[in-house]
Amino acid sequence: MITVIHEHQTLAVNAQIKDDDLWLTREDVEQKLGWTMKPEGLCQDEQCIPYPSDTEIGFLQNEHLNVSKFWNLIGKPILHDETRETWLLGAGHKERSEKLTSLEAPDFRLPDLDGEFHSLSDYRGKRIFLTTWSSW
Amino acid sequence: MPVWQAMYDEVGNDDFLIIAVAQESRGAETAREFIDEADPSYLCLIDQTHQVAELYNMVNVPNAVWIDEFGKIVRPSETAGSHDAFRSMNRQDFSQTDEALDLASRAQTAYLDAVKDWAINGAAAENAYDIDAAKRHIQLPSKSIALAHANFHLGVHLRLNGKDSEGDKFLATAINLHPDSWNMFRQAMNLRDIGEVMGLAADQDFFDRVDALGEKRYYPAPNIKGFPNEAGYDPKT
Repeated sequence: MITVIHEHQTLAVNAQIKDDDLWLTREDVEQKLGWTMKPEGLCQDEQCIPYPSDTEIGFLQNEHLNVSKFWNLIGKPILHDETRETWLLGAGHKERSEKLTSLEAPDFRLPDLDGEFHSLSDYRGKRIFLTTWSSW
Repeated sequence: MPVWQAMYDEVGNDDFLIIAVAQESRGAETAREFIDEADPSYLCLIDQTHQVAELYNMVNVPNAVWIDEFGKIVRPSETAGSHDAFRSMNRQDFSQTDEALDLASRAQTAYLDAVKDWAINGAAAENAYDIDAAKRHIQLPSKSIALAHANFHLGVHLRLNGKDSEGDKFLATAINLHPDSWNMFRQAMNLRDIGEVMGLAADQDFFDRVDALGEKRYYPAPNIKGFPNEAGYDPKT
């Protein structure tokens, strides 16, 4: 199993590693990464990214997507450890910036001390003073 | 945290909530003693990968964002009442002059009063921004910052999974990519000290880095009426 960290969730997936690239099944791309593979391209929300022209050789093979190539294509950072067993699919600065500029508070889901998870959006309807601190 | 609790009690309004997120890669157990001591009635969450700092483009603690009842940001990330007067402290015994303490206290009071006003009066509060002002005050992440967060996250993950030296490489890359982030610098320092005496990541390395800021603020002053704008330290020393 390969560990894929995406949007602050750690997922265990059956992935293939070829050279320096991470390949995921169509099912994982759709269900775990949230990109739907349609005839016109890879789609999320209203946005569709057309498949690059070298589709057959380096991007899509036997129902697998080259996620490394795709992540580069959409301008997001992708990193892996030395063993290539752990991959980090990061967020791009454009999507983060667009979200902030919309003034819609980015949602997150985090545990309290008892391990119970809370989302910011659970508290919609209240004025929220969101503050950070640390022990260090 | 005791100051947030006092403010929360004073507001005493069901329409207002404080969510205090610990940027704490070591996890809940490290945060627990501080939370137990403050015994807060507001919500405390643990954020091992600094997700909130990434999403809201924060570089230090304590930072805060004001979010209205519709989920809209009315004041983007900013220093939550702290002041640079601490930079004049004695580096051996951490003592501070009365003047520095007074500045820090005035800064905190001005900020807390502003939060209280907003907690009670909402959009009518003096320091609640309208849409245009809120957008003007947002600082957007650059490509380097986005890449820094990816490196930081992977570095923390590897460290928490026993791959310390490899994790440290990613943390070092993150710090280089995002030199303005004190969160990344100090958290990495704190992770390196696991097993040693638990303490504030405020050693000589930290103060050297603070001094190198010169006239640039460690805690940029929030645009709040009554917040003291004097530096409280000598940038040349």
